[in-house]
Amino acid sequence: MSAAFVREQTLAPRPAPFAATGVKAWVGQRLFATPRDIAMTMIGFAAFVLLAMPLIRFLFLDAVWQGENRDACAHVLTGACWPFVAAKFNQFIYGFYPADQLWRPNIVFALGAILLVPLAVPSAPWKRLNAFLFLVVYPVASFVLLTGGNLDAEHFILGYFIRIEDHVDLVWHGMRAAFWLDYAFSSLVLSLAVALIGWLFGTPLSTSLKVMVGLFALLALVIAPADADFGLSWVETREWGGLLVTLVVAVTGIVAALPIGILLALGRRSEMPLVRWASVAFIEFWRGVPLITVLFFATYMLPLFLPGGANIERLVRALIGVALFSGAYMAEVVRGGLAAVPKGQYESAAALGLGYWQTMLLIVLPQALTNVIPGIVNNFIGLFKDTTLVQIVAILDLLGQIRSAFSDPNWASPTTLYTGFAFAGAIYFAFCFAMSRYSLFLERRAGASQLRMEANRT
Amino acid sequence: MKRLSFLFPLAMSVAFAGVAQAGTLDDVKARGSILCGVSGGLAGFSQPDDKGNWTGIDVDFCRAIAAAVFNDPTKVKFLPLTAKDRFTALQSREIDVLSRNTTWTSSRDTSLGLNFAGVVYYDAQGFMVRKAAKVSSALELSNTTVCVQSGTTTQLNLGDYFRSNNMKYEAVVFNTADEVIKAYESGRCDVFTTDVSQIYAERLKLSKPDDHMILPELISKEPLGPVVRHGDDQWFDIVKWVLFAMINAEEYDVSQKTIDQRLKSDRPDVKRLLGIEGNYGEQLGLTNDWVVRVIRHVGNYGEIFDRNVGANSRLKIERGLNKLWSKGGIQYAPPVR
Repeated sequence: MSAAFVREQTLAPRPAPFAATGVKAWVGQRLFATPRDIAMTMIGFAAFVLLAMPLIRFLFLDAVWQGENRDACAHVLTGACWPFVAAKFNQFIYGFYPADQLWRPNIVFALGAILLVPLAVPSAPWKRLNAFLFLVVYPVASFVLLTGGNLDAEHFILGYFIRIEDHVDLVWHGMRAAFWLDYAFSSLVLSLAVALIGWLFGTPLSTSLKVMVGLFALLALVIAPADADFGLSWVETREWGGLLVTLVVAVTGIVAALPIGILLALGRRSEMPLVRWASVAFIEFWRGVPLITVLFFATYMLPLFLPGGANIERLVRALIGVALFSGAYMAEVVRGGLAAVPKGQYESAAALGLGYWQTMLLIVLPQALTNVIPGIVNNFIGLFKDTTLVQIVAILDLLGQIRSAFSDPNWASPTTLYTGFAFAGAIYFAFCFAMSRYSLFLERRAGASQLRMEANRT
Repeated sequence: MKRLSFLFPLAMSVAFAGVAQAGTLDDVKARGSILCGVSGGLAGFSQPDDKGNWTGIDVDFCRAIAAAVFNDPTKVKFLPLTAKDRFTALQSREIDVLSRNTTWTSSRDTSLGLNFAGVVYYDAQGFMVRKAAKVSSALELSNTTVCVQSGTTTQLNLGDYFRSNNMKYEAVVFNTADEVIKAYESGRCDVFTTDVSQIYAERLKLSKPDDHMILPELISKEPLGPVVRHGDDQWFDIVKWVLFAMINAEEYDVSQKTIDQRLKSDRPDVKRLLGIEGNYGEQLGLTNDWVVRVIRHVGNYGEIFDRNVGANSRLKIERGLNKLWSKGGIQYAPPVR
């Protein structure tokens, strides 16, 4: 059937009218569509010029780029003094790390990037191996590289009661036979003791023994490289500083926060009263105390309580404080995620015959953690910026090093202060912005998989 | 043993609970270095330079102790401390000597379990004004605005001084030293006040340092010196006498340049100071050439002053009170004999 007024061929598509696409259309529609839009655009543009132009002038146009000391910058009132940053750059990044050993933190930085990038890209292969390398091997390797390793451990537990080293005086690549004999013997005794207690309450001997020996063997694998002598010189943590310390504190906090947080969150929802109360007490204690107080306490009070000579290094004390603190906060975020997982999921898992840990690891936690990615990353970003609080206990992180350089009479000038803060701001922004963008990406990806799941269901 | 503490802190504390504490000098010798608490960044006193080496008069003093003990000024480790934790660090044996522009006051000397080993630098609070204001004395500062840092004794001294001279003023208070100098620069106030050594350092941050002058009046006493723990008199003596030796060396014209020539001197006081006569070094628990070591490696008092805060530094602070007693100042050391 055909009618004269019905076309039989489709018309060739014509390009959209010029005014509807392209830059001009975009500008016309978005910026100048109505008088109100025009006014807003003008105001916005004026604000941009007013705010951004002085910044661009300060950072680039009026800035001083070359010079040996303050004489280059002293006369400039509106421009940054970049030679100051250039001269102090190594201090801002590494602190007082010995100059001839800088390759060590460099390797740690590079290794971190090499391992982190494929871990962050979803399509990269060997995720399990990669995660193992990043979460287990990398911290130990970093520890050895940054401090020099070779802990020279003498006693574990037994050694404090019996002087084993008087009988066994063997040292192999920095590892003392006396210590390792002590370690083997003490861990065996401890495992047996735990197994016996378990047996009294009905756990089979072999089960507890397997778990305990496994734990001690794992610990040994971590201690051994740290104890061995790789010929690296020892660099005390007091010599670390700058971005290195910022990253060490932040990464330790971030890496420690998630496992501590997950365990505490599960503990808080546990049906065993003792575990629940202990978790609640821990979480509420650390959440009730400001980080500054934690750092103060760890730095100033703890040494007075510890007997003389038993000083743990300052940075280590701060690290422990930060790890526990961030763990407690993370616990509450994870608990939020756990609460959002429907009860049916637990029940289905139980119906399938899964045990507690299987339910948690295979069914609940993957959903719970996906739900709270924004919260987790939010915590990480907050923690990254909070690391700068270590300044108040005289650990010179990035900002601390920069501030300490302000008073150098060799560089004192009207804009030294602003230049230093601009540099610090740029670095902090780069890290935090990268983290937040990555979290957005993860969310979108998780959202897409959720959509796929729902599509499959229907 | 030190490294072990990194891993097994608790075990360590058990191990050390019963061990009696040895003298600081023995600890220092066993460790092979002196732990010196300094300020994290204070122009002229303790300041990392571009290469990350510590410079300053407080830092050089610790190097002098290391030179006297080890004959090697590099055997000292610097620990930057805040004003709040400096005394705790000393009490908890985290450091051996505190050399951090600390004012010697009666309460600190008596109630904190500390000993001040002398005065490395006589500081005092002063005023800076614009030269254009044509003021030549602090007594002409009536009815002015003064920029000052809050919560410091500086603020207290300022109030006392103006009140006792029946002058009116308006204090403009800020939290950090950087804010204070920025406010002064912007014209928010007519007068800038803090300790004189710091006025010299802050003045460099102004766009035209030469347009500003420091008034002659000093309104407080701030004797800055090294601090050690109570109860270890040998170490106290060593720290104290390293300072005295540096001052005596300047008085007897023994410097890095002249040391070789002065070693041949016939003057008995020089001979005693340099350990050619007597065994005064051994009495301290050191070697008899301890002063020679200090002077060769670090220099005499005048040299470390000039190098770090005086004529040869950017600060260019006048010697003033810190001149030797024989030249009109109050730096005076008991004789070596």
